[in-house]
Amino acid sequence: MKTLDPETRRAAREQARAARQARQRRRALMKHVLLILGSIGMLYPLLWMVSSSFKPENLIFTELGLWPSEFVFSNYLQGWYALRTSFTLFFWNSFVIAALSVIGNVVACSLTAYAFARLEFRLKWLWFALMLGTLMLPYHVTLVPQYVLFLSIGWVDTILPLVVPKFLAVDAFFIFLMVQFFRGLPRELDEAARMDGCGPWRIYWRIIMPLSTPVLATAAIFSFIWTWDDFLGPLIYLNDLQSYTVPLALRAFVDSTGLSAWGQLFAMSTLSLVPVFLFFLFFQRLIIHGVAMSAMKR
Amino acid sequence: MRSTATAAPATRQPLPASKGYRLTEGMRRAWKRNGAGYMFLLPWLVGFFFLTLGPTLASLWLSFTNFDLLTTPAWIGLENYVYMFTIDQRFRTALSVTFTYVLWSVPFKLAVALALAMILDKGIRGVTFYRALFYLPSLLGASVAVAVLWRQIFGREGMVNQLLWLLGFQGEAWVNHPDYALYTLVLLAIWQFGSPMVIFLAGLRQIPTDLYEAASMDGASKTRQFFKITLPLLAPVIFFNLVLQTIEAFKAFTQAFIVSGGTGGPIDSTLFYTLYLYQEAFANFRMGYASALAWVLLVIIGIFTAISFLTSKYWVYYEDARS
Repeated sequence: MKTLDPETRRAAREQARAARQARQRRRALMKHVLLILGSIGMLYPLLWMVSSSFKPENLIFTELGLWPSEFVFSNYLQGWYALRTSFTLFFWNSFVIAALSVIGNVVACSLTAYAFARLEFRLKWLWFALMLGTLMLPYHVTLVPQYVLFLSIGWVDTILPLVVPKFLAVDAFFIFLMVQFFRGLPRELDEAARMDGCGPWRIYWRIIMPLSTPVLATAAIFSFIWTWDDFLGPLIYLNDLQSYTVPLALRAFVDSTGLSAWGQLFAMSTLSLVPVFLFFLFFQRLIIHGVAMSAMKR
Repeated sequence: MRSTATAAPATRQPLPASKGYRLTEGMRRAWKRNGAGYMFLLPWLVGFFFLTLGPTLASLWLSFTNFDLLTTPAWIGLENYVYMFTIDQRFRTALSVTFTYVLWSVPFKLAVALALAMILDKGIRGVTFYRALFYLPSLLGASVAVAVLWRQIFGREGMVNQLLWLLGFQGEAWVNHPDYALYTLVLLAIWQFGSPMVIFLAGLRQIPTDLYEAASMDGASKTRQFFKITLPLLAPVIFFNLVLQTIEAFKAFTQAFIVSGGTGGPIDSTLFYTLYLYQEAFANFRMGYASALAWVLLVIIGIFTAISFLTSKYWVYYEDARS
């Protein structure tokens, strides 16, 4: 080493670094290629369904590619009217239930979470422990008695059993999420507001709510997606075709066509995924952050 | 809102200290201290008593009765449970199908999730993009639409068999074959590894990078680093994912219902526990027996969760424990 002049040494170092960088770049590139191939493989079934919904029936069973060699739109038109009632009504039903559920969950869960996070009252620890306990409770346990209850007050075959529980903050997961978030807000704001003569309602409405849009949006998005996808609830409580939600309609579609109209079925399935996909597209960060948050804060 | 604002100062004024006011003052003070809290809690309290606690207790009671929804429940003691554990063949089938599903889907799902999280964690460009792509199936996968798609993909002339045919193989009608139908559902579950992956990714972010730097200075190989740093520090997150995914897997319903057309077939090979419960309750109207099934499920999930929690102190390393 001593015989080498500084100039050569620097050159050798440069060279080594360049080689290392090239190696790293190659490895990063390999990774990207693998990841892209992996994600295409993952998403292939979904992409194929979308593409098949534009294919004539006979091509669905022969064409694996994503680009339809023959492009038809009839699956959507025929599928939309394939059942005795058109999908307009099914989408409307689903939308009404989902929208009401979102409102119910956001309002009721935020009220509850505010009480747990900010207010002092007797037996708070007990209620809080019970609320956490319901997080673990599988819904099957309450399934039968709830059905009996709703049947006895004449709510079966209406959307009430699907919507009213949301206004009673039955979904403890959202309460939990909001409690965690509210606790992170600076208490000085409450104190200052109280000095100015604000009661708890005003603090809830004017201070906590406006500062909590991220968690409220997360709760709203998940409420919407879960309600939109819910199958068991509507399956039990909605028996009349006129009141079917989209998932129920898809199931009825499968049963009525005996799996002979895949193109139409795929067309309607694709449409049923559109709202959830749009939420994903616009609120991807919030959704993924919400998933991560649910675990990290426990 | 305005009315509460004007009312608030009024309550703060001292009350007249006459004797006749004592009781009301006490009540007032109790109300002042607790009233707001309970007002906010009211919706939840109503829901908790009428939709959660009440039904839970009612279901325990119903599990000791014979109840067909039309006549009043008749007390039959332990008969439901005795029948379940000694005679009912379908109960045993449902248990074994569900356990098989849980034991296959959960470990593979977590393994795939962890592997991808580790690949994405190492400062690669476009992480958010890949994370989103890999998460998408989890978001869409719970829908009836994807279950319908699965039924086609693994059908006799489905996508998988077309692929196999190109490669020169003759495929089965996977969803209609009692040996394979359940495993198509396992695949569907593994396919939705997105949420544990996102959680793992968040967990990996928390591990200080200087630990890895120090380890590689000391000449620790990547494998060694994984077993000595990543796994122990990630244990709480793995634990959380394990519990969550197992409970989720026990509760799976929609996919089995759609793929088997509500029957749990072929020959009960996809008879998930929840599907059996649904059939007993809402097809056979054996509400008492269904309640007993629900309680057994609750106990199974409870036992599993308890085991995870009790054993967790031996294998989960919590960072707080150091300080």
